[in-house]
Amino acid sequence: MATTEASQRATGAYNPAGGDVSRRGFIGTLLLGWGLFGAAAGAGVLGMVRFLFPNVLFEPPSSFKAGFAQDFAEGVDERFKDTNGVWIVRTVSDPLSGRSGEAGLFVLSTTCTHLGCIPNWLSADLKFKCPCHGSGFRMSGRNFEGPAPRPLERFRVVRAEDGQVLVDKSQKYQWEKNQWEAPEAFLSI
Amino acid sequence: MEGIKNLVNALSAPIPYTIIMAGGFGLLMWKLRTLTQPRVLWALAALIAVGFVAGAQDPDFLKIISKGDNMPIVIMIFAILGTLGWGLRQASVNDMRMEKGLPPREAEESNKKVLVWPDLVYAEFICTVLLSAIFIAWSIAVEAPLEEPASGTRAPNPAKAPWYFLGLQEMLVYFDPWLAGVVFPGLIVVGLMVIPYIDINPRGNGYYTFKERPFAIGMFLFGFLVLWVALVILGTFLRGPNWNFFGPFEYWDPHKIEPLVNVNLSEIIWVQWFNTRMPDQALLREAPGILLILGYFMIMPALLAVTVLKKFFNEMGFARYSILVMLLLCMAALPIKMVLRWTINLKYVVAIPEWFFNI
Repeated sequence: MATTEASQRATGAYNPAGGDVSRRGFIGTLLLGWGLFGAAAGAGVLGMVRFLFPNVLFEPPSSFKAGFAQDFAEGVDERFKDTNGVWIVRTVSDPLSGRSGEAGLFVLSTTCTHLGCIPNWLSADLKFKCPCHGSGFRMSGRNFEGPAPRPLERFRVVRAEDGQVLVDKSQKYQWEKNQWEAPEAFLSI
Repeated sequence: MEGIKNLVNALSAPIPYTIIMAGGFGLLMWKLRTLTQPRVLWALAALIAVGFVAGAQDPDFLKIISKGDNMPIVIMIFAILGTLGWGLRQASVNDMRMEKGLPPREAEESNKKVLVWPDLVYAEFICTVLLSAIFIAWSIAVEAPLEEPASGTRAPNPAKAPWYFLGLQEMLVYFDPWLAGVVFPGLIVVGLMVIPYIDINPRGNGYYTFKERPFAIGMFLFGFLVLWVALVILGTFLRGPNWNFFGPFEYWDPHKIEPLVNVNLSEIIWVQWFNTRMPDQALLREAPGILLILGYFMIMPALLAVTVLKKFFNEMGFARYSILVMLLLCMAALPIKMVLRWTINLKYVVAIPEWFFNI
């Protein structure tokens, strides 16, 4: 006994073209196909995201001991530029952080605030100068020439228990946010 | 000899260089038919070639032009002279023909039939063989300009982008990265793509002409020649250590002192004009610059619509005209900012480093 068209429509088995695939079956196959494709693509994306977090990172630790404060001569110390990406500056006065006439150390990031190149310290001209777009910074880190919109960033510097200078790159201080005045952005000697 | 070298060095300083390039472009647009005559083009090419050969007697200049990276730029100068000169020459010939009432040359040529094989493929094959031979000889004769192994803690001085990005790198000297690195390159690409939609001049389809579309060709060539090619040449030959300007015959001294103390517009206005301290609130502090930028982008379109671009405003309609004029104003912002930097040492018109927003 043949089912009527109305009952076929009601159950979704209506198949006007007379082929093998019914309307409901077609949609089911479509969903299954796209679902599998989406799952595979999603797994691929997840795999790629996982790839962005390597198991091992060959980077120097973000905090390190830089020796004793009295070992630093006045001026810019370049010993930690290649290994840790910082300049340690000893100064007799740091008015930009509100410490006029106060001797001490501060730690500057070696990353230019314009586009992230590594500037050079020109000791004869007493300035940091970026080779990429010509940004210039004073010894304090203040930007004064070229396109860099803000001063070099400073890092946290404190005295460790054994009396050495401890530099912590995980905490940075930005001048334009008035953070250089923070107590641990400067190590008084 | 020293006198000539000093003169060339002086003319290569930013402001004379810009005046020469912009003036040369103006002269090209004004005297197009004279300047694109083959004998003028050949004379120009010969003059530049003599200049390079004579200049190469100087060790500093020889060092710059013989660097593997820079050789393509030397070639590019002649290549642009040739291709652009040839294209504009055809446009001039067509313009002169049409003034006499003749159809453009392409209309006569389009009746002729040329076979793909052998006419086209044969010529292509010869070019392929010749270019392959040239590149092989070049790669054997000139060492690859390799440098020391890359290091995350040291940048070469000067650190130059590939030659085709030197125009971008030059833009980055004057603008914040989000503008010069993202917005402007995006506008260049998008702007080139919208040309067919905002250009409603139906002339010049399928044939060379300048007279029938001077604005479109002029604007394109200004962007291409003055704001791209001239900046690539500047970045290649005139930028040295610490990204300072150096004349072609100047020793690249990494300790060259150039006093470049740049100031923001807000500092000029509050400190120098009003002799007061800058307001703490960022928006209030930068209000003059923000107003200036808003005025530039809101008053200028209206002003242009009733003066220089009146014809375009009437023909194109509001939407097309607005897009056109915005693109033009953004394009003009680059040379304006460059000249302001060189003349009054202006760093940023709007400087809000707190929000990474600098213009």
